[in-house]
Amino acid sequence: MIKINLKLFVTLSRYLPDNSEGLEILEGTTVEKLISDIGIPKELVKLIFINGKKQNMSYQLKNNDRLGLFPSVGGG
Amino acid sequence: MKIPKFKERYDRNFNTLSLEEQKKLGTSKVVVLGLGGLGGSVCEMLARVGIGHLTLIDGDVFEPSNLNRQLLCRENMIGFPKARAAKDRVNAINSEVIVKDFIEYVDESNLYEHIKDADVVMDCLDSIDTRFLLQKAAQKASIPIVSGAIAGVAGQVTTIFPKDKGYELIYGKKGRNQSKGIETKTGNMAYCALFVAALQSSECLKVLLDRGDILRNKLLIAELWTNTFDIMDLV
Repeated sequence: MIKINLKLFVTLSRYLPDNSEGLEILEGTTVEKLISDIGIPKELVKLIFINGKKQNMSYQLKNNDRLGLFPSVGGG
Repeated sequence: MKIPKFKERYDRNFNTLSLEEQKKLGTSKVVVLGLGGLGGSVCEMLARVGIGHLTLIDGDVFEPSNLNRQLLCRENMIGFPKARAAKDRVNAINSEVIVKDFIEYVDESNLYEHIKDADVVMDCLDSIDTRFLLQKAAQKASIPIVSGAIAGVAGQVTTIFPKDKGYELIYGKKGRNQSKGIETKTGNMAYCALFVAALQSSECLKVLLDRGDILRNKLLIAELWTNTFDIMDLV
């Protein structure tokens, strides 16, 4: 098992698990799998940031990764 | 009515700005697209800071739901064109700014003509599809875009130069029918709109003066419930 720090923004925050700052997951879990496990509809996730850099759904999470998920923001 | 002299008007800009920088702003041309929560505040800040030429474009008129966040909207202005209100406001603040206002929506047919002579375009639009059209026109005209977007108490800012991938890095490939984002569910709060508008105005000055750190290929994201402020690498 590995631990990651998960941040969910705007409307995604309702899916945030209790232990999000030290979330235990299987090593090699992809972002796509994690999103599915947490129950976030995939189409709501627009931006995936790992350790401050944009990544995609197939990224395999590593120990101590900081994962941030952002929905589509387009208002003016 | 006495019009303040140059050095009096901009006295408190010195020496954050040099005299040469202030004069350069006075010859700069900026187009503001969208005059709602972001654009209405952006044009106020750009007028005060001393941008010499402002082109203000929005086809919309004020409605009661704008009162919660749009600085230009007052109770007696419901039904009044946003572009005209913005021009009046800029004229009242800084009569030395040369202002053009256009009460029209932008699309493929008019974007290039409106922006082609600008030094910077401020993207304060509320349509993701139109943002992609803007990028196409700005690439053709070789003009940088300073883009802001808000939803609820979250916001994002980036600066896109003509050769950059730009919006594709934020919203994915164009043509996936995504005219609106999550703001249709969250609305927009006044303080978040003003916060993002301030960041955009700052970014505009940095681009014009070639100074400071510019959010090129980076996305500044902010979420005010959690005091999250991060700059993410988009490439």
